[in-house]
Amino acid sequence: MFGLRYLRNAVTLTLNEATCNGCGMCVSVCPHGVFRMENRKAKVVDRDACMECGACARNCPSEAVTVKAGTGCAMAIIIGAIRGTEPSCGCSCDSD
Amino acid sequence: MDATSPKSGKCCCSIAAPTTADGIASLQPVADQAVWSAPWVQGKVATPAGDVPRVSTSLTWADRLGGWKVRWAIGRMRYLIPPGLYAVGDPTDESPVLVTANYKLTFDSLRSQLADRDVWLIVLDTKGINVWCAAAKGTFGTDEVVRRIQATRVAELVSHRVLVLPQLSAVGVCAREVLNRTDFRPVFGPVYATDLCEFLDGGIKTPEMRLVHFSLRDRLAVVPVEMVHAAGKLLTVAVCFFLLAGLGSDGYSPERLMSVGLPSAVVFLATSLGALVLGPVMLPYLPGRPFALKGLWLGLLFSAVLACGTGLDAIGIGGRLDLAAWCLIIPAVASFLLMNFTGCTTFTSVSGVRREMRKALPAQLLATFVGVATWLVGRFV
Ligand code: SF4
Ligand code: SF4
Repeated sequence: MFGLRYLRNAVTLTLNEATCNGCGMCVSVCPHGVFRMENRKAKVVDRDACMECGACARNCPSEAVTVKAGTGCAMAIIIGAIRGTEPSCGCSCDSD
Repeated sequence: MDATSPKSGKCCCSIAAPTTADGIASLQPVADQAVWSAPWVQGKVATPAGDVPRVSTSLTWADRLGGWKVRWAIGRMRYLIPPGLYAVGDPTDESPVLVTANYKLTFDSLRSQLADRDVWLIVLDTKGINVWCAAAKGTFGTDEVVRRIQATRVAELVSHRVLVLPQLSAVGVCAREVLNRTDFRPVFGPVYATDLCEFLDGGIKTPEMRLVHFSLRDRLAVVPVEMVHAAGKLLTVAVCFFLLAGLGSDGYSPERLMSVGLPSAVVFLATSLGALVLGPVMLPYLPGRPFALKGLWLGLLFSAVLACGTGLDAIGIGGRLDLAAWCLIIPAVASFLLMNFTGCTTFTSVSGVRREMRKALPAQLLATFVGVATWLVGRFV
């Protein structure tokens, strides 16, 4: 995907390889190919591609992956800041 | 775990029928009886759990028109699909069970892929929102999946215990929790419905099936949504420019509304709409990673076009002030609008958006403020 890369070194994703049990769930649910399995352990191979959707962390059985999930939407952040809440998405993005 | 769909071999009576399901009054395939008059329902499949509506797999012109209206946010709520259990073809107790959202476009794109297949389809109540956004909001979440499995009594209809969910729902659904609470094992299928048949046939999710794209088509598809969202605000600002243009050192002059106000309003609207359309189209080709920066380039391009068109020699000092003002306002607005487009993309992280906003928002506000002030000064010289 030429030119569609977001900021470098911005995301909150962490992976603790010590507690990873190698189930591969994170590889299966990540929509951006952030993980790969190597020697029966998950490995982060493209950290900057992470969009902090949180799918990996929600489905990791051993809590080896953590990420502060949220909506990467400027308006949601502005609305959240005004209301003093977390970013709240009020729009209707259209990808199915 | 690459998704496969083996039969668990469990007997269907191994799950006791739930007595209550929170928030759902009656246990039946589809509670909303209006479903029987829906144009996309073609007959029914009689089952021990009740009559299951059979959905058509071909989209009619009415479906396409409906989809078009949904995109343009016309009467959106009228296109909710009633949550519940549906049949495609003539499913048996071995047919796969697919789970989806009750957003019209999601439902349509799914069923249109299922021609000549026999599957069960569980439509969740995601409040008419697509899979990904609903999963992020939590409406396409573990609780709703569990609730709908119980309410539709799907356990009585199939002998296996596998659910195929769209991959993007993993944002809201924890597979092992659904398994613990229902005995059904969720399997995350491909991201796109177009890969579903290949997945169902092969049982393998290829690496490509996992990846989300953001093609030109995808980007164009969100343009109308963005326009509808922004239209009111942009028009208000344009009207303000139009009305303020009457001001001058000689008081308020209605003639100036036409000579200055109208062009000002047009310049503002044209460049804003230009950014809303060209921004998404040119997204991969605008230099830099922050969206605010991409928007800035676009705004500078528009400003340059405007400056060339104005003919600097021909205009007086007021005209030059105007031009300077637009060269501040247009890039600031374009930058803001593209920064806003982060919400429509499939790859921006909230940490990243926060980071770029911290830098960009103050600059955008300052440029807009100075620009508008300059434009107002231009009215009085
Ligand atoms: S989901 Fe967790 S346990 Fe499984 S491979 Fe990924 S990090 Fe390891
Ligand atoms: S948060 Fe989402 S994009 Fe980031 S690594 Fe996890 S699944 Fe992939």
